[in-house]
Amino acid sequence: MRLLIHTTLFLSVFIFIGSSRIFSVEPSPQVQADTLVNTADTVGVSVAPVTSLLVDDYKYDNGEQLNLSWVPSIDDQLIDGKVSVYRVYRITNDSTRELIAELPPGSNSFTDKNLNRHDTYRYIVAAVSASDDEVLSTTTEPVQPQREWINFRRGYLFLLALIIGGAVIYYIQSARRGKKLFVRKIAGLEAVDEAIGRATEMGRPILYIPGILDMDDVQTLAAITILGRVAHQIADYDTKIRMPVSRSLVMTAARETIKTAYQTAGRPDQYSDDMVSYVTDEQFGYVAAVDGIMVREKPATVFLLGAFFAESLILAETGNSIGAIQIAGTARPAQLPFFIAACDFTLIGEELFAASAYLSGEPKALGSLKGQDVGKAIAMIVILVGVIAVTIGNAWDVKFMNDVKDMLTTIFSTQ
Amino acid sequence: MRREVPLFITFFIGMLLIFSVFIPPMESLGEDFTVFFDIIAVFAFFLGGGNLLRVHVSKLTRQKRDWQYSIVTLLGFAVTLVIGLFKIGNPGGIAAAPTAAGSLFQEIFDYCLVPLGATMYSLLAFFVASASYRAFRAKNREATILLIAAFIILLGRTPFGTVVTGWIPESFDVLQVPNLAVWIMNAPNLAGQRAIMIGIGLGVVSMSLRVILGIERTYLGEDKS
Amino acid sequence: MFYPGPLVALVDIGRTISLVIIGGGLLWLFIRALKGKEVDRRVIFLFIFIAVATPILFPITFGEKATRVVKAVYDKIESLPAGSTVIISFDFDPAMAPEVQPMANAITRHCLVKGHKIIFMSLFATGQALLTQTLRDVVETEFPDKKEEVDYVNLGYKAGNEGVLNVIISDFKKMFPTDVNNIPYDSIPALDDVSSCKDVDLIVSIGGGKPGVKEWVLFVGDPGRVPVACGVAAVVAPQMYPYYPKQLLGLLGGIKGAAEYESELIHNYPRFKDVDTPGLRMMGPQTLAHMVIITFILIGNLSFFIKKRKDRQ
Repeated sequence: MRLLIHTTLFLSVFIFIGSSRIFSVEPSPQVQADTLVNTADTVGVSVAPVTSLLVDDYKYDNGEQLNLSWVPSIDDQLIDGKVSVYRVYRITNDSTRELIAELPPGSNSFTDKNLNRHDTYRYIVAAVSASDDEVLSTTTEPVQPQREWINFRRGYLFLLALIIGGAVIYYIQSARRGKKLFVRKIAGLEAVDEAIGRATEMGRPILYIPGILDMDDVQTLAAITILGRVAHQIADYDTKIRMPVSRSLVMTAARETIKTAYQTAGRPDQYSDDMVSYVTDEQFGYVAAVDGIMVREKPATVFLLGAFFAESLILAETGNSIGAIQIAGTARPAQLPFFIAACDFTLIGEELFAASAYLSGEPKALGSLKGQDVGKAIAMIVILVGVIAVTIGNAWDVKFMNDVKDMLTTIFSTQ
Repeated sequence: MRREVPLFITFFIGMLLIFSVFIPPMESLGEDFTVFFDIIAVFAFFLGGGNLLRVHVSKLTRQKRDWQYSIVTLLGFAVTLVIGLFKIGNPGGIAAAPTAAGSLFQEIFDYCLVPLGATMYSLLAFFVASASYRAFRAKNREATILLIAAFIILLGRTPFGTVVTGWIPESFDVLQVPNLAVWIMNAPNLAGQRAIMIGIGLGVVSMSLRVILGIERTYLGEDKS
Repeated sequence: MFYPGPLVALVDIGRTISLVIIGGGLLWLFIRALKGKEVDRRVIFLFIFIAVATPILFPITFGEKATRVVKAVYDKIESLPAGSTVIISFDFDPAMAPEVQPMANAITRHCLVKGHKIIFMSLFATGQALLTQTLRDVVETEFPDKKEEVDYVNLGYKAGNEGVLNVIISDFKKMFPTDVNNIPYDSIPALDDVSSCKDVDLIVSIGGGKPGVKEWVLFVGDPGRVPVACGVAAVVAPQMYPYYPKQLLGLLGGIKGAAEYESELIHNYPRFKDVDTPGLRMMGPQTLAHMVIITFILIGNLSFFIKKRKDRQ
């Protein structure tokens, strides 16, 4: 494990620092068309041609795009403009020219996409009059799209990922070294023991619903990890668990998890594949089945953990009507109010992801929770600075504040 | 070995996908892995379908409690599967899309699945009422604020909201109930939601790192880290 | 529901009786609440049932005016030049259809009457069949002159959730080599100018689940700078507000959103006066149900306070 963490850190730092040296980006070819000699291509002159046609490589892509820019025709005016459309032509290698786009008057740029980096391209932009007379610019020099190995536009994103990821790893390491970490109490998780105990006393089953999404959703993954902890206790108490699922892969993962929990608890003989059963992928078909199970089998405890949608309230209210203790949790903000209204305990957003670490009580896992706080501190500071900058910048047009706003926009842009 | 291989795959693919965001030639890797997942999920469907059949056939043969419902499940499963697979009653024949207009499969969809799904969904109307009745009580200060906000939003969603406060002059139109409802959704509600979403985002990062670094292994059926 | 002339008087009587039953019943519950008595959940269910059923059987309609968020979607479609390309993605299942399909139908109508080309698709397996319903009920019935593959194209459902979006933002053909009729991508005139999502003028995602609006914004709208609008179930609408107005140019939320769009469309295009407008029709049940819920909240609080006072005494 230590080796994995060190490798990760090393790789991250290596790629980030070394990238600028190892994968230096070649200066992109920038070609300017000679727009002085363009009358030869003109057919029935009625509008002035576009000038200063430039083509250059689109930065930080896989060699698939080129940027074109030009100065619009002087006849392209807002009032009484004579240009009806601009036509962009492309010549691939030495083939004939093909029309690739028609742009409205006022346009002065275009990005040509889905190109092949092994081909060369030349461009012509035609200004077209209302009578459909084309006036062509001269042809640009041939250009090849360039592939870049590092997307420096995402440099800030990388830095942020490094800081937050680094903080998580740092606190995991600190926890391993024995540093005591404070984690606040989460009522919903404190109640897990009591909820399982209640089902045992009443001799009724526990119903575990892991949401309705597949294993590729992180909420389902969180639900399965919590299941691991819960199943261990269930096996210890020798209570029954019932888990209808709506995805086949979740069924397989849940079976494996419960089976191991029973083995670890020393009761492998008590485990049965029937504890987990697949119902249907159809959202409300699944809800009908779960509601039916609730009403017929009257579980004492219901866990609703994972990704839920419109069915959240239907499930939670049915659970409430049979008097079950309900512990719910989801990272879907729209469903949280329903769970809060109808369940006894609700894990709000990040608490769902923290639950497994919290229940395990392992220092390494708890350390990862502490690392999140660094991310939160960054978010709080940035929000505060951003709000001040936008407010003052807009109200009094203070340049410094506008610069701060622009800087933050650049840093947090996802482009 | 049974544990090390999945852990290595998780670590390697996880790191690869993180770095692919910053390396243009690798940007499409995420798409490829999504396609791989879908292929695996399709095969897993056979497991799910098989399990469904096994559970209900066993319930039926052993005449367990409520075995009669299993007949409906098994019949529904078999009929839809056969009609969809062999395109029975499809005007376009075997080459047409299963959902072609007028096909029997589309009829089953229109006249069985749609009304059944809509029926379950409409239970929400009843449950929203019973949950609101129970939850919106002015038990303390926070609950009272919640109650007032709920009241404004509910009124704002009906034409009565306009009728009740339509007399408020244009310059104070923010006080009209429908506009007040939009304000509650756009300002306090939005602020709260964004805070929760930032927390969720960070939670996902932390959880993903635990999984990628092999600290969290319960999903692999391992109880000890 | 439309009634022939002689039945209109009976409908009025039925409506009045139902409203009296609801009003009288609620008044009785109010009086019980004064004694500190709670209401059983089954009684609440009964009142909701009557409140929803009454306006369906005996129509009650209200006038609607488009709010800013709905008007933004309408104005965008209205302002696009004829021949623009619009993607309408059916990202919902049958359960959500009664609430969101009226939006899909209204937007389809609007796009076709403006002469836009429509690319129909779905990220939900069951969405494809619902898409067929819209084609049958709206496109083929109301616009018989519009030709498939020329004025609109049905690409159908593609599995892969956001993975599909990740691909079509750069290459449509890679994910949809043919349309649902097995016609190759390159032979479809409606897609002549479309190689990726970046080439379309507007994306309208109808739904509210996952994959849906959020994925369209994150994987296509933002990175490709393509305008995205949406129609979602009322329960999901609050979740979409963070994206409005920058990442989502407008949104239709629930039946009210659909009703507002329909009323705007009828107001500006009288030819749609006689088409079915389920959004406007369903506002009756929604309004009455909301009023009943508001009354129950009042009753609940009343009995809560009376009981508290009694306990204190």
